[in-house]
Amino acid sequence: MNAPTSMGMAGRFGGAFGRVLQRRGSSSAPSLDLTHNIILYVEGVTVSFDGFRALNDLSLYVAPGELRCIIGPNGAGKTTMMDVITGKTRPDTGSVWFGQTLDLLTLGEPEIAQAGIGRKFQKPTVFSEHSVFENLELAMAGDKSVWKMLFARLTPEQLTRIDEVLETIGLKDHRSARAGSLSHGQKQWLEIGMLLMQDPALLLVDEPVAGMTPQETERTAELLTSLAGKHSVVVVEHDMNFVRSIARTVTVLHQGSVLAEGTIDEVQNDPKVIEVYLGEPRC
Amino acid sequence: MSTAAEPAAPRPAFKPAPPTPYQVMMREDRPSGVFLTVLAIVTLLVPILHLAVPEGHVLHLSGYTVTLIGKYMCYALLAVAVDLIWGYCGILSLGHTAFFALGGYAMGMYLMRQIGTRGVYGDPVLPDFMVFLNWKELPWFWHGMDVFPFAMLMVLFAPGLLAGVFGWLAFRSRVTGVYLSIITQALTYALLLAFFRNEMGFGGNNGLTDFKDLLGFDLKHPETRIVLFMATAVALGAGYFTCRAIVRSRFGRVVQAIRDAESRARFIGYRVENYKLWLFTFSAMLAGVAGALYVPQVGIINPGEFAPINSIEVVIWVAVGGRGTLYGAVVGAIMVNYAKTVMTDALPDAWLYVLGALFVVVTLFLPRGVVGLLPDLKHKLQTLRQRRARAIST
Ligand SMILES: Nc1ncnc2c1ncn2[C@@H]1O[C@H](COP(=O)(O)OP(=O)(O)O)[C@@H](O)[C@H]1O
Ligand SMILES: [Mg+2]
Repeated sequence: MNAPTSMGMAGRFGGAFGRVLQRRGSSSAPSLDLTHNIILYVEGVTVSFDGFRALNDLSLYVAPGELRCIIGPNGAGKTTMMDVITGKTRPDTGSVWFGQTLDLLTLGEPEIAQAGIGRKFQKPTVFSEHSVFENLELAMAGDKSVWKMLFARLTPEQLTRIDEVLETIGLKDHRSARAGSLSHGQKQWLEIGMLLMQDPALLLVDEPVAGMTPQETERTAELLTSLAGKHSVVVVEHDMNFVRSIARTVTVLHQGSVLAEGTIDEVQNDPKVIEVYLGEPRC
Repeated sequence: MSTAAEPAAPRPAFKPAPPTPYQVMMREDRPSGVFLTVLAIVTLLVPILHLAVPEGHVLHLSGYTVTLIGKYMCYALLAVAVDLIWGYCGILSLGHTAFFALGGYAMGMYLMRQIGTRGVYGDPVLPDFMVFLNWKELPWFWHGMDVFPFAMLMVLFAPGLLAGVFGWLAFRSRVTGVYLSIITQALTYALLLAFFRNEMGFGGNNGLTDFKDLLGFDLKHPETRIVLFMATAVALGAGYFTCRAIVRSRFGRVVQAIRDAESRARFIGYRVENYKLWLFTFSAMLAGVAGALYVPQVGIINPGEFAPINSIEVVIWVAVGGRGTLYGAVVGAIMVNYAKTVMTDALPDAWLYVLGALFVVVTLFLPRGVVGLLPDLKHKLQTLRQRRARAIST
């Protein structure tokens, strides 16, 4: 019942985005090895903050091209999980691998980003003093060393690419606007645009539709759906209608570990899930 | 009808000349263009007024004034260095005069070795203070300092090395904000104490002084004074221009992105600590150059230059002028130092209070400094006018 809708959306998304996807280039990690058809391994990860276990023996696997939704009540550990994957927080135990060969626990945030994992924060974070265009320029995939940046010039291809992303995120008319002056929803979009410029193999998206209007939410759903396939996408979201509109597999997190996993209907009918999460008034 | 079908008359093949880099700068970044123009005029005018206009004439500039302007330009260069890291990268260094002083000491060591047998004790190798301390040999780090190019290399190397090591340790462990500022204060204070000690070999409490000549030219001569003045002006212009190029490059945009959202910059793949390290080291070297030009003009360098208060003063210059605009740093350095020159003549004890008050006023009422005042006022007037126009039309 959901499938035709989402396909329709992806279709409607059409030209601009398709072209953006085709430009996926040399940027993602050369050593990303997907031979076992798993792009992300999170195994037995535990994180404690002063004795409180934010993640408790969490295990999760994501396949290449998959669109995965993670749901769970506030404080379930969803953001902490993203922090672990992107190198911000080091777990006490467990392992996190990107493909077969990259041990993410040995890499820092910039290395992980350069290896091909992009992240959108829960609170939209853009470079507020820079223009929309410059935000996208800075996020662009490629060598980000000091010397390269001192003498970097935009090539015509890169300019076209930025224009395409501007079109995709609907900020074409705000190209030279200060990013700090955008509305909340537009900032969310800009951050998603920065992810696109980064062109990562795996996207981690934390609560993308918080504070968006229903129309904006719908457009975000279209965008994320169209991203899956070429990219793997992990979305954390509270909005159940939104989750229903995009997700094929849903993982329910509770008190730092996986409570249930399956299609949206399966998890919604799971008694454990109903008890801890779906029974809550906010949903 | 028929005219429309006719082919359009060929346009005259007139092509306007492409704009010169100067024209481009005046269009895109007027304040910088104005500043560099004024600097060029001053650089050409001061020598004429000092050397060509006879003494006693109203337009004659005294040696004192020339040196004073030269000193201000050294301060301006130091302020630009501080603004580069504070205004553009959010690194509030409260120890930048340490780098200024190190550059100054490197120049001072060269000047000491130029004295030769003309010192009080007449030792051909050892500076007076070493003879006085009964030292028999030149300490290892004084070797080579009699060679001008080597000494100039040290002007860059000594502050650069200190900044590199300090920055490497601090940025790698992600020390930021107030903590970083406090360590920079500690750094300059530690150097102050160290340089006070006679055993360090930098002349202790008296520092290095009694300089005679530079590259064989007598420092007391008006011509030497003018050459030093012009060298300072060129250094300020070149330093300014380089900093401007840096902040306008993509590197500069990354640095400002780090200032505004450091973790965001990390998560899109920038090695933040490397960016900070390079910028900080470059800024320290620039401060070193300012110090090296300062010393032969004022004729002395002593540990007092490391005093923590001096570094705080530089930050106040930048804040007063307008943090985050390079010309603001220049304007602030010159304005505050001019005020200081006037004040210390009239009311020497009041200066620190005035400085403190200035900082409070600027922080509270002029977040964009003096150079932000004009655009802000213009904007206010404009909105006021618009509002009035709207009121009239309704
Ligand atoms: N840096 C931290 N220090 C202490 N506790 C933290 C920290 N980060 C997260 N937590 C705690 O860990 C739990 C999980 O947080 P989080 O991952 O943000 O949850 P979610 O994103 O699922 O709402 C919460 O109880 C939170 O208070
Ligand atoms: Mg969260």
